[in-house]
Amino acid sequence: MARMQDPGLRREARSGLAMVSPTLLYAVLLLAAPLATVLLYSVLTSARGQVSWDFTLGNYIEVWTGPVYRAIMLRSLTVALGVTLVTVLIAYPIAYFVSMHVEPSKKSLWLFLITIPFWTSYLIRVFLWKVILGYNGVINSGLMSVGIIDEPLQWINYNVGALIVTLAHAYAPFAILPIFVSLEKIDRSLLEAGQDLGESKLRTFWRVTLPLSMPGVIAAVLIVFIPTIGDYVTPDLIGGGKLPMIANMMEVQMLKVNNKALGSAIAVSAMLIVGIVAVGFVLLNRRFLGPQK
Amino acid sequence: MKQGRSLRAYAIGYLVFLYAPILLLPVFAFNDSKIIAFPLSGFTTNWFSEMWSDAQVWIALKNSLTIAASASILATTFGIFAARASQRYRFPGKGAAMGLIMLPLVLPEMIVAMSLLVVLLAVGVPLSIFTVILGHVLICTPFAVAILTSAFQSLDRSLEEAAYDLGETPVSTFRLIILPLVMPGIISSLLICFTISLDEFIIAYFLAGADTVLSAYIYSQFRFPARVPAMLALGTILVLVSICLLTVAEYFRRRGIAKTGGKDTGGFL
Repeated sequence: MARMQDPGLRREARSGLAMVSPTLLYAVLLLAAPLATVLLYSVLTSARGQVSWDFTLGNYIEVWTGPVYRAIMLRSLTVALGVTLVTVLIAYPIAYFVSMHVEPSKKSLWLFLITIPFWTSYLIRVFLWKVILGYNGVINSGLMSVGIIDEPLQWINYNVGALIVTLAHAYAPFAILPIFVSLEKIDRSLLEAGQDLGESKLRTFWRVTLPLSMPGVIAAVLIVFIPTIGDYVTPDLIGGGKLPMIANMMEVQMLKVNNKALGSAIAVSAMLIVGIVAVGFVLLNRRFLGPQK
Repeated sequence: MKQGRSLRAYAIGYLVFLYAPILLLPVFAFNDSKIIAFPLSGFTTNWFSEMWSDAQVWIALKNSLTIAASASILATTFGIFAARASQRYRFPGKGAAMGLIMLPLVLPEMIVAMSLLVVLLAVGVPLSIFTVILGHVLICTPFAVAILTSAFQSLDRSLEEAAYDLGETPVSTFRLIILPLVMPGIISSLLICFTISLDEFIIAYFLAGADTVLSAYIYSQFRFPARVPAMLALGTILVLVSICLLTVAEYFRRRGIAKTGGKDTGGFL
């Protein structure tokens, strides 16, 4: 703090604040203020489309104890955790391959190829999964025209599994990048040292590579978990509206029922779930890295 | 290198899984049947002409392009300020300020859209493409900051000091020295933000009001099975355009890194 008294630093602080102020002001007005409004709404009362200044915790009690809401939140959590698990397990070997086995000059090409689908037409990709997995979809019609099955398979469409496959595909590239970055940071001589000291390749991986890449895995978990738990399109298109998740429930309360207070309580609850999971994983990460530091 | 070979096979299999749905897109966009299923029933370009003659598509396209152009320019401008501030200056509350600016990256989009919607309705701002631009700037800015931070990071501070010593003002230094060096980063950021905005659905769907935006229009048409093939034709074109934009963005990102002598760490983030 004493260093802030230095006039040079004070001038630097002023210039820095002036420089960041336009962007910061925008974020405060259009992000912080709306989030604060939602937080406020969540403890107010909503009647006939109007929010009135009657403080209550009733919205939260309804969201956390109502059977319908509980089922939907539990489904969102199951889907998000399932997607995260599948995505990270599939992504790890790819990140490992690109980091350890691809020539340095070709690494950015591989990463570019992997990330392209992530940036393109999210909506259309989700819809294509509906077309692929649907009752009269590509898989069923394909298998039937070849003669492998006689009637359409039903276990591949309109269930939680279909939601997980679609979302895992949509967010797959996002998991690879952080894992790749953490693998790139590993000092390769540590791996050689492990093998020189008589460890097998598998044990070197288990005891050196994996623990050291854990920060990337944790980042991947968060970066996949957060958007999937709030996904709106997939439950609507793939679930056929029969498997709503938190985002769909938010839409119904905010716009269709026009109960903004309850909708806000759902939004805050969703942020709370995300926050708890995030903190949990960050703590886990600290424990993982603790002994090595 | 047996391990390397099986990993390579796995990686190629993974790429196939990643691209399979996108590759199906042109297959059914050119398939002569209203039903999206095998076996294929012949080649046609009818779906493309149906899409081409749909007046709504053109209105939506014009709106989407307006939104994407405005949002990418505004977000990149905001990104320049924030990235420059975080790379060049130390100031109190920097962590919190940058945290808030980057927050949309780790917030479900639905929550961003709904909280913005609640405030817009409370204040009484009518929903239109203008409100979509407001939302898109918010979600594009973190990406712009991330791309531009790496551009500013590789900038040699002594170049700037040399310009001051030679009598340039801060403004002319910025224009003559810094701007040209980070230009590739700026172009890359513009293109990425443009692609994100064009592709974005949630905010475009909830904040557009009565205006039609491309992604929301496609979504609404998916309800009518007869309209699906034409939408797949439209999707094919959109995917091609996105891939071109991204390739150009990647080219500029790499050139920027090469220009300032940095090391390529790969990827946009």
